[in-house]
Amino acid sequence: MQDRYISIEGISREYPAPGGGTTKIFDDLWMSMSRGEFVAVIGHSGCGKTTVLNILAGLDAPSSGVVIVDGKAIEGPSLDRAVIFQSHALLPWKTALGNVAYAVSSRWPRWSRAEVNAKAMAAIKLVGLEAAADRSPAQLSGGMKQRVGIARALSIDPKILLMDEPFSALDALTRGTLQDEVRNICIETGQTVFMITHDVDEAIYLADKIVLMTNGPGARIAEIVANPLPMGRTRNDVHRHPAYYPVRNHIIDFLVSRSKSFDSEIAAGKPWDSRNPPLVNPAIPEPATLAQVAVAAGAEQAQATQQVFTQAQRRRTT
Amino acid sequence: MTQSIEVRASLVSALILVTFLLVWHLAVTGGGSGQAMDPEYAKLMGITATQGKSAMPGPLDVGATLWGHIKDPFYVRGTNDVGLGLQLGHSIMRVMAGYLLAMAVAIPVGFLIGMSPLMSRALDPFIQVLKPISPLAWMPLALYTIKDSGTSAIFVIFICSIWPMLINTAFGVANVRKEWINVARTLEVGPLRKAFTVILPAAAPTIVTGMRISIGIAWLVIVAAEMLVGGTGIGYFVWNEWNNLSITNVITAILVIGFVGMLLDQGLARLGRFVTFPE
Repeated sequence: MQDRYISIEGISREYPAPGGGTTKIFDDLWMSMSRGEFVAVIGHSGCGKTTVLNILAGLDAPSSGVVIVDGKAIEGPSLDRAVIFQSHALLPWKTALGNVAYAVSSRWPRWSRAEVNAKAMAAIKLVGLEAAADRSPAQLSGGMKQRVGIARALSIDPKILLMDEPFSALDALTRGTLQDEVRNICIETGQTVFMITHDVDEAIYLADKIVLMTNGPGARIAEIVANPLPMGRTRNDVHRHPAYYPVRNHIIDFLVSRSKSFDSEIAAGKPWDSRNPPLVNPAIPEPATLAQVAVAAGAEQAQATQQVFTQAQRRRTT
Repeated sequence: MTQSIEVRASLVSALILVTFLLVWHLAVTGGGSGQAMDPEYAKLMGITATQGKSAMPGPLDVGATLWGHIKDPFYVRGTNDVGLGLQLGHSIMRVMAGYLLAMAVAIPVGFLIGMSPLMSRALDPFIQVLKPISPLAWMPLALYTIKDSGTSAIFVIFICSIWPMLINTAFGVANVRKEWINVARTLEVGPLRKAFTVILPAAAPTIVTGMRISIGIAWLVIVAAEMLVGGTGIGYFVWNEWNNLSITNVITAILVIGFVGMLLDQGLARLGRFVTFPE
């Protein structure tokens, strides 16, 4: 039985549409996460991924539904849920250490300056930035800034780490190093992580479960992919694992075509319950699923898949 | 050509200054044409008429007067004969009093307007109407209600320096990056601590820009205000010397006003550099 540490229960979010009425960005999302789990959400732009993360952070509120964390409904932001922002969001008038110390002193307001600085420095060391601790964000590279953002989030000993495309603004080399570091830190500390990403490889490398969202407006959680790769995977051999390409292909197939056509899949009679999105394991092929893909995979789709594939590869190599 | 642009620019500046002084000097040095005049009439008319000397002083006269004022800035030889330093002191005190009062009102109210879209909209019509009023238009009302000319001048400075600070503070506060606010929110930072540790530093460059505009306007207005209220101050000095027909002193005062205004502006520019953060 799964422990429901985080439980997203039927949330939806509406925005006023231009010209009156409202647009439902996503509708009736149900999902749960257990303690220590690393979940990545993948979906096209505009499916409301960031809004879901903001709701988890308490920065935004759902139009309907609730999110329950550790038995309590979320009512606003909390120091228990640290956010790593896509744009690092460092305060430019503080040094790297000052930014982390600001978080530490918010977490433990009664601590002395020395205690705060010691804790902040420990977080800075964790991300390997002790040499640049006294520099201002303007003097740091993109990767270093994001490291400070990660140190700031980890410094407050959060129960849950929320990451909004944390590596998307980085170059490929820095991204790889930072992914390794974040993965190690999360495994060592048993951190519960909710991450948004566009990068399929990143999701497969980091996450235990990958949530696939259909296109917005009216986005839904189509299915949750259980990552079949072993816990001890490393960057160097992850792509040699026999389960790697089935998972990758499954996700890319979803992003290329099924994220658009998912509603028609349901209309065609596919059994699907929004309250209980299916947990699939592409490494253990379900005959039905495979057959569907094979039938749907005409020349057109194969081409499209190939296109996304080469794009992703090009992105990795640049 | 190897000289830096700063050196070359100061050379050109010096050249312009020298040319200007030379032209000025030549323009006011008239030829003597005071012959054939009744000595008694000539005495009445003064050297302007008798020797054809221009009433306009030359740069040397102004320099000598300026040097005299610099040597002895703080003398008091009667109500209308007070050293330039003391007059400047009065003006600076008035500007500072009105300016600091304006700061004490404009920055908190600007914060309120910037933080609250409701207050922003509610106060907007008042600001829009009050802002374009010439500060001197308040003078009669101030004199009537306050009944003290010195305090009225301070009020006029207050009312003219409040608007740029208010508007810039509100703008700076309202436009603090959402992500910085979100950082404070996720860290559960209280409203007061958020105001001082996130919003104030983020809005500081905009606020100081407003302060810089305000001090400039205040220094412009004080001269006119003191011409009206009289008594003391650099503005009164200018007007008094005009009544004395001492153009030399008027020009000296003009130079000093410009110099002090520059110092005030530079001081706030320095403060601006101090609070600006690189991104």
